[in-house]
Amino acid sequence: MEYFIQQLINGLTLGGLYALIALGYTMVYGVIQLINFAHGEFFAAGGYVGVILLSYFAGLGYMETHPIFCLGGAFILTMAYCAFLAMGVEKVAYKPLRKQSRLAVLLSALGMSIFLSNGLMLTQGVFDKPYPGEFFQGGFEFGAISISYLRIMIVVMTVVLLIGLNILVYKTRMGMAMRATAQDKVMSALVAIGSNKIISFTFAIGAGLAAAAGIMVGLYYGSVRYDMGFVPGIKAFAAAVLGGIGNITGAMLGGLIIGMVEIFGAGYISGQYKDVFAFIILIAVLYFKPTGIMGENIDDTRV
Amino acid sequence: MIQEFKKIWKSFTIGIFWLLGLLWPLLGIHADGTLSFRRTLTIWLYIVLISLACLVIYVMHQSGIWARAGSPLKAVKEKIAYLTVLMPTWTWVLVAGVLALIFPLFTERYAQDVAINVLIYICLGLGLNIVVGLAGMLDLGYIAFYGVGAYSYALLNTNFGFSFWISLPFAAVFACIAGSIIGYPTLRMRGDYLAIVTLGFGEIVRLILNNWMKLTNGPNGILGIKVPGLFYPSFLDGFSIEHLWLKKLHYLYYIALALAVFTIIAVYRLNYSRIGRAWESIREDETAAELMGVNTFLLKLLAYVMGALFAGLAGAFFASRMRFVSPESFTFLESAMVLCMVVLGGMGSIPGIILGAAALIVLPEIFRGFELYRMLAFGGVMTLMMLLRPAGLIPAKRVGTRSEERET
Amino acid sequence: MPGEPILELKSVSSSYGRINALKGISLKVFSGEIVAMIGANGAGKSTTLMVICGIVPIESGEIYYDGKLINGIAAEKLPPKGLCQIPEGRRIFPRLTVRENLELGAFYRKDRASIAKDLDRVYSLFPILQERRGQQGGTLSGGEQQMLAIARALMSKPKVLLMDEPSLGLAPIFVQKIFEIISEINRKESTTILLVEQNANLALQAAGRGYVLETGNITMEDNAASLLNNPEIRKAYLGE
Repeated sequence: MEYFIQQLINGLTLGGLYALIALGYTMVYGVIQLINFAHGEFFAAGGYVGVILLSYFAGLGYMETHPIFCLGGAFILTMAYCAFLAMGVEKVAYKPLRKQSRLAVLLSALGMSIFLSNGLMLTQGVFDKPYPGEFFQGGFEFGAISISYLRIMIVVMTVVLLIGLNILVYKTRMGMAMRATAQDKVMSALVAIGSNKIISFTFAIGAGLAAAAGIMVGLYYGSVRYDMGFVPGIKAFAAAVLGGIGNITGAMLGGLIIGMVEIFGAGYISGQYKDVFAFIILIAVLYFKPTGIMGENIDDTRV
Repeated sequence: MIQEFKKIWKSFTIGIFWLLGLLWPLLGIHADGTLSFRRTLTIWLYIVLISLACLVIYVMHQSGIWARAGSPLKAVKEKIAYLTVLMPTWTWVLVAGVLALIFPLFTERYAQDVAINVLIYICLGLGLNIVVGLAGMLDLGYIAFYGVGAYSYALLNTNFGFSFWISLPFAAVFACIAGSIIGYPTLRMRGDYLAIVTLGFGEIVRLILNNWMKLTNGPNGILGIKVPGLFYPSFLDGFSIEHLWLKKLHYLYYIALALAVFTIIAVYRLNYSRIGRAWESIREDETAAELMGVNTFLLKLLAYVMGALFAGLAGAFFASRMRFVSPESFTFLESAMVLCMVVLGGMGSIPGIILGAAALIVLPEIFRGFELYRMLAFGGVMTLMMLLRPAGLIPAKRVGTRSEERET
Repeated sequence: MPGEPILELKSVSSSYGRINALKGISLKVFSGEIVAMIGANGAGKSTTLMVICGIVPIESGEIYYDGKLINGIAAEKLPPKGLCQIPEGRRIFPRLTVRENLELGAFYRKDRASIAKDLDRVYSLFPILQERRGQQGGTLSGGEQQMLAIARALMSKPKVLLMDEPSLGLAPIFVQKIFEIISEINRKESTTILLVEQNANLALQAAGRGYVLETGNITMEDNAASLLNNPEIRKAYLGE
């Protein structure tokens, strides 16, 4: 029983992280119908910049005195960095191809993904880069169930970010503009919404969320690698499709489901093939219900 | 020209400073609490200089300087083009064929090694071309079929002693079966989703190869695969059939050459057949093709299976040449590289893909010193090709032009 | 209606894909008018409006709005200047609520109080919208969607309103109400209206002047009454 609860908690944590990454995929697909292959690299970049900043603060000694401030600062700066990275990538590799075929922009995205992950490798090295984890030890124990402070922080942070996104998208002007652009770009322009700005903004937000997930993964597993974006990227995309591409609530739900399935699958069926579960779900969803659990949210207008 | 420059200098300056802002945190913030700028600035300045050179070339192009300066050159180019058109294609093919045949006679091991690699990747590129270039489906897990072919021969050879030539059709059949299994559920999906799903399948195959220890020996791979052997009649002491192990590199070269030629001819015939035209119609507009009576599902599946077939053959040869297979050789990055060759050379263009394969194998060998930057260059090249010249270096020839391909 | 036209096209040509949709059309709309543009399906009427709004790129010719050249201006810059379009097919945002659709009409405006007042005004003009204000736009009927589209356009406080086939696919009772509203907007707010319609009869009855568009060319220009009585027009477009 305790094993079950432990796995439940693990699944929720992992699911939340997948949800954060999935949101970037789903929002970008919603506005420009592109699977941003490079999105996994925004996640990885977030992990790297996070560790760079935290190590820097540790080197200056701030981590011992003000760990919370350092962590908060690292989050904000890293998310900003990845937002700028994403906007740059969009401007350079996707915007010029808006009128080209879907294949062309997909290939450009693929190229960018390889370019970025190798860029990370060249600037940061091939080996795992360790997180300064000494500062976040300890946790609670309930019998056989242990919950570390780190995990609590991750869950809280994820919930905060998800709620924040919901508020942004459903309760602000900008969010309404984002939803309108995703549904009908031409009409949005006719009501004075500049789709270029909205698209950049969408990329920025999506990458920011992925960056936060990257830091949290780095903190949790203790290190980051230049290719850490690849497999989680595919799983997060599976989550986005599962929930209904373009649908934000769907992506959150999809992430949770994929996370749960992966943890429980690894725990009760097979640990070696845990990566396969997400793929199987993806293929099953696309075969039986391609619009996903909660329905799609894309610009399906003609003209 | 100043006009053109004015239009673009603002974007350029914003761009290079944006790049600096992205580059510095990765290089200049250190774990000991220090910040450095020197290394970042030197690298950044190199990039700025190269970009500036490209910018100048671009501006000159936009303002027509190259066109004007090149007009005497253009006359020469036209003359040469006229001459090349005069000689029919088959002469070029003949020349290339003769060169390919005598190649091993005056080159050493290293060059032959590289050449064999090029030939294998030509097979892979042409196979992928059927899927991507002809039928228009983005397959990111293509290398899985290569792996299936390789492991088929490996397992048949080490477990049952099948020779290379007998295993070859088996490898092709297994690859085709794999293609059907993977193709069947995925082909109803939208193009974008197809890409990710094939990627997923490619990864699943690799995971299975890696984890199913009993069958594939997992990450340790399979050793001791035999090279192809040949029975030949010998008239030395009366008539007898002798057996020769084709261990020498130039024997393997000729087998690779034969495989490549087979693939080229097969793809060429497919391209210009009714099937090829049906594929093209699916690529251009699937709904219209369906309405015209093209059985899109079957044809897409056929494209998939054919692509898998050639990959399977290439894989079997790869196993026999390396005499060792492991899941390491069949990663997503390999798929991406084959895709890069197709994209670089020109989707749907046979000479283009041959050029692409050659370029992407030979150039890294020449620039051995820049080994680290190889994949970075691949990624960059793929994006750049889409931005600048999506049709590829040698675009596929078509009957008539389409609106998207009009030069504007 | 004296003076300079508030909207003018001079020899405007444009292509839609490889089809040359507009072949050098010229027209004028004066402030306070209702001008109708009639023509068969595929004549280029919708393209004309999309070219004016900057959605479809212009190949040659000039478009003047309020005396200024607006060629090549990004589409989203026009509503703040008072040039708005209600496109063909209503195009309300299907997964946004009625209220959100209306708020989007006022997206470029910053004056909160004034927007709230306009919202009330629009609700009183179209009570059904107030009733359904929490519903998603895609769940409304065709007629209700058209009213929503018009209401949304009104929220932009347009000076010039381009309307593309407002009667398309609607039941006659809705069509009547729509045209009543068109007249009312024109009368009360002095909104200039360029009305593109397949229903030539209604369009010419509502309008003061009319243009006839045939496969990308303006073939006739006259005041609406004359066009209504013109035997050629009657044969081609009024079903006689």
